[in-house]
Amino acid sequence: MTLTFEDFPPGHFGQFGPRRVSREEMLAFAAEFDPQPMHLDEQAASRSMLKGLSGSGWHLCAIMMRMMVDGFIGRSASLGSPGVSELRWLAPLRPEDDLTLDVEVAEARISRSRPGTGIVTFKAVVRNAAGQALCEMTSPIMVARRAGVAAEQAG
Amino acid sequence: MRFFEDIEIGQRREVGSFTFTADGIKKFASQFDPQRFHLDEEEGRKSLFGGLAASGWHVASVCMKLVVADGQRWAREAAARGETIAVWGPSPGFRELRWIKPVLAGDTISFASEVEQLRPSSTRPEWGILQARNTGTNQRGELVFSFLASAFVPRRSAVA
Repeated sequence: MTLTFEDFPPGHFGQFGPRRVSREEMLAFAAEFDPQPMHLDEQAASRSMLKGLSGSGWHLCAIMMRMMVDGFIGRSASLGSPGVSELRWLAPLRPEDDLTLDVEVAEARISRSRPGTGIVTFKAVVRNAAGQALCEMTSPIMVARRAGVAAEQAG
Repeated sequence: MRFFEDIEIGQRREVGSFTFTADGIKKFASQFDPQRFHLDEEEGRKSLFGGLAASGWHVASVCMKLVVADGQRWAREAAARGETIAVWGPSPGFRELRWIKPVLAGDTISFASEVEQLRPSSTRPEWGILQARNTGTNQRGELVFSFLASAFVPRRSAVA
């Protein structure tokens, strides 16, 4: 069954993962999109503020997206997202980290301009196996309402 | 890259442009954002996007790619002039990221970065924190992407 707006009441939604991030995958993403020495070179990384090889923050964002799609967005009536209100990188992603994702619905409301669409604001936190938060994001996603609900209300 | 002291609010750099191909859009999406409108032309046409649309995270990652490449170009030029190169630190995060319009297969996006705020780090005296508005504009001159980036930038005092 496809998840619609009605399936996202405010509160804790679920936990997803674990998802292993391999060194090869981390280096491949950094080489293509974020080739800074702190993401590619052990020596340079050990001298950096993050004190060791770390994954690109954008890789972490992309992995978080994949975990959300696999976890629930893929079987939802998602219509896409207008953006991200805030994202904080709190601790470095390390090679072979096992990530879990906690998702909370912070707010759920009907779109003013499109009454058939709801806007669900998610707060997502990615943690490593030690439970340390690596990344925290607040982002709205547009989700269609269950067929008929909007029409009944409009009628 | 430049040191904190050498950066001024309002400074703007055009960091480069990138054409999003259908193959590139599908490759990124199949790895990180396998939603139907990022994977299939027909599904894209039926969606709010009106065509095969790049994942928003693909657009953001390409922006980073061009920002890094621009910084490396700048560093090579500065090194050739005999200047000391600053090595920038990581980013604590970003705010106000907006996917304003879809980026569709064939679109060419030009990215720019403009400095909005500079402040010394309260906890790390050898670092400053820079905030810059990074934007993407398509081939029709429409703003499609924007976010307020931040990064740790080394201060000259840290080198002396």
